[in-house]
Amino acid sequence: MTIVAARQFRNRATCFVGVGAPSMAACLARLLDAPDIVLMYESGTIGAKPTTAPLSIADSELAETADVVVPVTEFFSYWLQGGRIDMTFLGTAQIDRFGNLNTTVTGNYERPKVRLPGAGGAPEVASLSKEVFVITKHTLRAFVEKVDFTTTFTRKNLSAVVTDLGVLKPDPETGELVLVACHPGVSVQDVQGASGWNLRVAGELEESVGPTASELAVLRDLELRTRRAHEFPSRLP
Amino acid sequence: MAQITTLEDSIGTLVHDGDTVALEGFSHLVPFAAGHEIIRQNRRKLTLIRLSIDIIYDQMIGMGCARKLVFSWAGNPGIGLLPRFRDAVENGWPVPLELEEHSHAGLAAAFAAGASGLPFGTLRGYVGTDLAARNPSVAFIKCPFTGDELAAVRAVNPDVTIIHAQQSDTRGNILLWGITGIQKEAVLAARRVIVTVEEIRDSLEPVPGSMLLPASLITAVAHVPNGAHPSYAQGYYTRDNQFYRSWDSIARDRVRFSEWMDSCLNKNGLPTRS
Repeated sequence: MTIVAARQFRNRATCFVGVGAPSMAACLARLLDAPDIVLMYESGTIGAKPTTAPLSIADSELAETADVVVPVTEFFSYWLQGGRIDMTFLGTAQIDRFGNLNTTVTGNYERPKVRLPGAGGAPEVASLSKEVFVITKHTLRAFVEKVDFTTTFTRKNLSAVVTDLGVLKPDPETGELVLVACHPGVSVQDVQGASGWNLRVAGELEESVGPTASELAVLRDLELRTRRAHEFPSRLP
Repeated sequence: MAQITTLEDSIGTLVHDGDTVALEGFSHLVPFAAGHEIIRQNRRKLTLIRLSIDIIYDQMIGMGCARKLVFSWAGNPGIGLLPRFRDAVENGWPVPLELEEHSHAGLAAAFAAGASGLPFGTLRGYVGTDLAARNPSVAFIKCPFTGDELAAVRAVNPDVTIIHAQQSDTRGNILLWGITGIQKEAVLAARRVIVTVEEIRDSLEPVPGSMLLPASLITAVAHVPNGAHPSYAQGYYTRDNQFYRSWDSIARDRVRFSEWMDSCLNKNGLPTRS
């Protein structure tokens, strides 16, 4: 999933990334074929060059390696609303048949079953950047017929949903997500079994190109370094 | 003009039950020590405002300080959910919480409007989401010039804004650098401002990319070294990622959380509650 997601980054594009899987993919992309992407985090760090995937969107490494750190108001006004973000990579808790994302609640809003973190930057980033990619694990809990709450609406600029099982893209007419590729060793039945609706399959279904030895080696090394960085407790002066 | 005082005194005199309070800091320079002092002084029925709610608000919520949240995200960054926030929203423990929920862009525009003395801010936002219907402070308006539909957000003006900064001088001018989030707008929008700082110096030497907040904006400055720990203060100490990772196991259970809070509040020989 991380490798297929990393391949989506276009070198030199300005890219908004959330933490978790999107950040891991962005770090990997910089080490592989897109070394010159301009990474933007909602903390206002523009042109960040993290060597390990940050734990939060405001880790010190992002600020220390950024071309510039701007206040949050400037980030959302001049950079996002000003149309200066090409590609956005988001995670989600739920995604539905039409690519709506839910990171707010499962169940009822007033009396939720699980209260999730909420919107963050996602609603505006998704509506105002030129292309949106969603990266998330493919499970019945995440892929639902209809989200319990629409936190983020992505339809018109959603490019692809990359999961650990395959790749989905919206039908250009209806916006319905269609399975366009399975990862090596994954069957259509596997993907449909992990989707909460009758998932459509493209006429010309592809198989994702498997990871190369060097892609895998770079990813494993990145994951190891990231894990170590996140376990490190701080020392107070 | 800023008064140099103690944390205990500044919270005691400037934060009252029922106030609207913003403790700002975007994962960096989070005013943990000030939040702990608010808990220690047993403030109640606060409306807490913040873009990215993390562990310090989880602690204040779990200790019953908050009545309402105005926010745009609430989680343990990169790790998961906030157990005390969840328990309050899902089960009303220890007290029910009213939520006024934005996106980051929306709440940032609301702070900017508050700082500018405007009744509302505008943005291209909330398109297609269910958030607008749930938040009485979000509406849609038509641009008088182009006819475009835009979102309007009610201005935010906290009674008190509290931030943590790297330095102040002896007159109360404040210098902060690194990720500065929404702090400038939160300070400018507030009626009263408390700043805790790592260091008080005779004079400030500006750092590249730093932000200076003149003393005329600040009500009280308190010298609180390590006042942002376990978040970080660039140039002073790094983020305690290990602590953030351990938070879920500390806070998941109500009893364990309460015991942990008591020992946390006690650790410098201070009384648990004053």
